[in-house]
Amino acid sequence: MLTKRIIPCLDIKDGRTVKGINFKGLRDAGDPVELAKQYALKGADELVFLDISATLEGRKTMLDMVLKVAEHVNIPFTVGGGISSIADVDALLKCGADKVSVNSSAIKRPELINELANKFGSQCVTVAIDAKQINEDWIVHVAGGSIPTKLDLFSWAKEAEKRGAGEILFTSMNNDGTKDGFANDALAKLSRELNIPIIASGGAGNIQHFVDAFQKGNADAALAASVFHFAEIEIKDLKQDLKANKIAVRL
Amino acid sequence: MKIVIIDYGAGNIKSIQFAFKRLGYDAILSNNPEEIKAADKVIFPGVGEASSAMQMLKESTLDALIPTLTQPVLGICLGMQLLCKATEEGNTTGLGIFDVQVKRFENTVKVPQMGWNTISDLKSDLFKGIKNQEFMYLVHSYYAENCNEAIATTNYGLAYASALQKDNFYGVQFHPEKSSIAGEEILKNFLNL
Repeated sequence: MLTKRIIPCLDIKDGRTVKGINFKGLRDAGDPVELAKQYALKGADELVFLDISATLEGRKTMLDMVLKVAEHVNIPFTVGGGISSIADVDALLKCGADKVSVNSSAIKRPELINELANKFGSQCVTVAIDAKQINEDWIVHVAGGSIPTKLDLFSWAKEAEKRGAGEILFTSMNNDGTKDGFANDALAKLSRELNIPIIASGGAGNIQHFVDAFQKGNADAALAASVFHFAEIEIKDLKQDLKANKIAVRL
Repeated sequence: MKIVIIDYGAGNIKSIQFAFKRLGYDAILSNNPEEIKAADKVIFPGVGEASSAMQMLKESTLDALIPTLTQPVLGICLGMQLLCKATEEGNTTGLGIFDVQVKRFENTVKVPQMGWNTISDLKSDLFKGIKNQEFMYLVHSYYAENCNEAIATTNYGLAYASALQKDNFYGVQFHPEKSSIAGEEILKNFLNL
């Protein structure tokens, strides 16, 4: 049986791991290669590296770090941040990244998703979407969540799927940094309306939140940062509790 | 031992090279027929779309070379699928080593399958020391049907062949280079074949 994935996310700035609380007020949580190795040993199913400085400042994700991670880590990982062309993706995959995630650049030029899917296959194209619920609507935001667009989360996600996205990484800006749980209603709707895997992101504070993301949100994977980086939740404990809740996990 | 990873421009081959490095072996990336023929072990990788990968193989004439190899050959992911008779992806004719069709998953499951699933019915020395229902990492939209040449099966909506073998040719749908310690054990087993 395909298991639900637990994905620590390492936000990267200047080669170091950071975690933005509501995308502001960064805290340093260590060396990405060391953290990645630790997470592989602790039972993480996958890792995501997001160069959070990339979109805001036009900085490219450091290929050196990707190469080092690929050398030392025996689980898959995704790299995101500032990716806007076939050449960017080609360089990352050649350094050993398994998947890339695109966000603002795909909103600016949706054909990018088609180009990447045609060239490298859908399986390595994750479309990351930051969205904020304003009244009843989920509005997609860009540039690290700072600029609202006119796009609706669900229609944009469906378009991304149609264009060849292999999975959707949905971050709820209402939930991110709150530790009050994932945006389960929106997740469930995404999972219902799309036929590609959905990664839940934003709001993890305790183990029950992960149970809910899988049971109520029907997410295929759940991503979190600070609860893992600061050892507030151990991945082994989390997976044991998920299993006790009859959720398929790799233990 | 001389390990060659066939480099025909398809996908993430660095990870396979690094996995061998972690096991203490230097694997060479090559598209040179003489170098590939002279290898003790050959890895046939592949990530991406089947018809364009096959096109790249043809351009480098490796499509003719690969079926003539006599040393152990391990196809990984799309590499395994290209060793099959044909795949629905881009209506591509494969190299025909394995007598099996590659089909797209039905939309009753999420496509692609992405993540860790178990392998069962293990039938080869490739899986020596690997427990039944071990977890492997898989990312794919197309699958090889269960068949006589299956040496492992996985369930995703249906039971399909997640590993195949015929003579010196082996194929795995999963990514051993990304499947933690158990995956590295399978690569080690391949080197010991």
